[in-house]
Amino acid sequence: MSTDPLLELLRSKARHTHEELAELLALSEAEVRAKIAAWEKDGTILGYQAVVNGERAGEQDVQAFIEVKVTPERGGGFDRLAMRIARFDQVVSCYLASGGYDLMVVVEGRDLREVARFVSERLSTLDGVLSTATHFLLKTYKQNGFLFEGEGSVERLAVSP
Amino acid sequence: MDYSSIIAKHIASIPRSGIRDFFELVQGRDDVISLGVGEPDFATPWHIREAAIYSLEKGQTSYTSNLGLLSLRKSIAKYVSRFFHVDYVAEKEVLVTVGVSEAIDLALRALLNPGDEVIYHEPCYVSYSPSIVMAYGKPVTVVTKKEDGFSLKPEAVAAAITPRTRLLMLNFPTNPTGACATREDLEGIAKLCIEHDLIVMTDEIYSELRYDGEEHLSIAALPGMRERTILLHGFSKAFAMTGFRLGYACAPQPIIEAMMKIHQYAMLCAPIMSQNAAIEALENGTPAMEKMRDSYHQRRDYVVKRLNEMGIECHTPGGAFYVFPDIRKFGLSSKEFAMRLLESESVAAVPGTAFGESGEGFLRCCYATGFDDLKIAMDKIERFIATL
Repeated sequence: MSTDPLLELLRSKARHTHEELAELLALSEAEVRAKIAAWEKDGTILGYQAVVNGERAGEQDVQAFIEVKVTPERGGGFDRLAMRIARFDQVVSCYLASGGYDLMVVVEGRDLREVARFVSERLSTLDGVLSTATHFLLKTYKQNGFLFEGEGSVERLAVSP
Repeated sequence: MDYSSIIAKHIASIPRSGIRDFFELVQGRDDVISLGVGEPDFATPWHIREAAIYSLEKGQTSYTSNLGLLSLRKSIAKYVSRFFHVDYVAEKEVLVTVGVSEAIDLALRALLNPGDEVIYHEPCYVSYSPSIVMAYGKPVTVVTKKEDGFSLKPEAVAAAITPRTRLLMLNFPTNPTGACATREDLEGIAKLCIEHDLIVMTDEIYSELRYDGEEHLSIAALPGMRERTILLHGFSKAFAMTGFRLGYACAPQPIIEAMMKIHQYAMLCAPIMSQNAAIEALENGTPAMEKMRDSYHQRRDYVVKRLNEMGIECHTPGGAFYVFPDIRKFGLSSKEFAMRLLESESVAAVPGTAFGESGEGFLRCCYATGFDDLKIAMDKIERFIATL
């Protein structure tokens, strides 16, 4: 099944008004409203966020990517432990991945020490967690499809063949 | 069998809770937006829940000391010192209880002789008067007024004191009005307590939920009051831990010792997993608590603004998560207003009379509910009053 064009539009820019979306897709505003409400209700749309360049905003927070190896559980596989880790406020994202480790956990903290404390006191102490490897984020180039450094304005001809 | 004759007279004399009456009407209807609950709309922050799970995994499932885990009492003493600026000795001046409700019951039973009078301010939480009666005390009501922002005035307390008065119960911020006490009023009340040798029991359950950057002041922190104050606090509201059922009492040792006597036979100890969760809340829970508080703050501002704009007079409460709008001008009793609002618009708010007779003409609306629902509820209330 191909993705609904309304969902695609929202994905690229969530701040379209219902009126704009209706116009772009030749739907009525009521249809747009109903579709979005249904997606919000059934969890297809989980939320709306601004993509922020934290460095520009003067934020000092640090992020780390943590590779976590875990023992899968009988019956539940990785899900229960992964959800337990994912629920912490410090965890921004949590994925199950193929390859040399099982979970990729993205953690955010006010400083290096806070992230380190989270890893040593919360993550490593969980039954089922075999090992962790922490990689601190140094610089972001692109996030959620947005480049963090502008490409400069390219001179385009006003009229071109 | 005539059961009415076998129920103890002082228990039979206690009326049913007004809240319960009202909620039997709401129950079973799923179309209702409820502004009637008295608890946070947040689940307990995950790191606190996780601490409880972790403690279970590690097999910590035993009884604890009657007073509570010493490590928890140490955390409590540290927190109380930082937050209330009053120092207690963890080993002997702190008692961990099953919610503040149990602590209130213990304190009253430990201190009252039959017929002793207890002064409390009204409108107030539903349990105060019944708890006094259950401890064979005599409840003496002091009414707080909207004109005073529902704060308690020393003059009003003075007028209620008799030679039989033993105890004064305070609760600021107050459920159901959200009222906070000013330093001046608390100092006046403290002076009276010292003059008349009264013990003060202060229920501080909403004390973290203060808005507009105001710092909370407990009467226990005023000069001369520590020795005659029982400070009661818990985890339910600030840390969204209502179901953990955990509270505590801080007081001079002889009082804690007397309360502990009852607690050890009636309760033995508070559940250990709740105690372990509470340590995590005190040690690491402040950022999560502040986030929730800021969210209540935004919602308070919204609700107060909407109610006043639509012509329902509503003071701006300094704390807790309730507003207590004045509905007298519509000419309906609190109960009628609440019933008709429920019937015609499916919005549930609690009649002020559930919190004492002096709540007549008011409504308690809890704004610890999702912002979208709050907005719909306000629209509905506006539509409802247009029909009156």
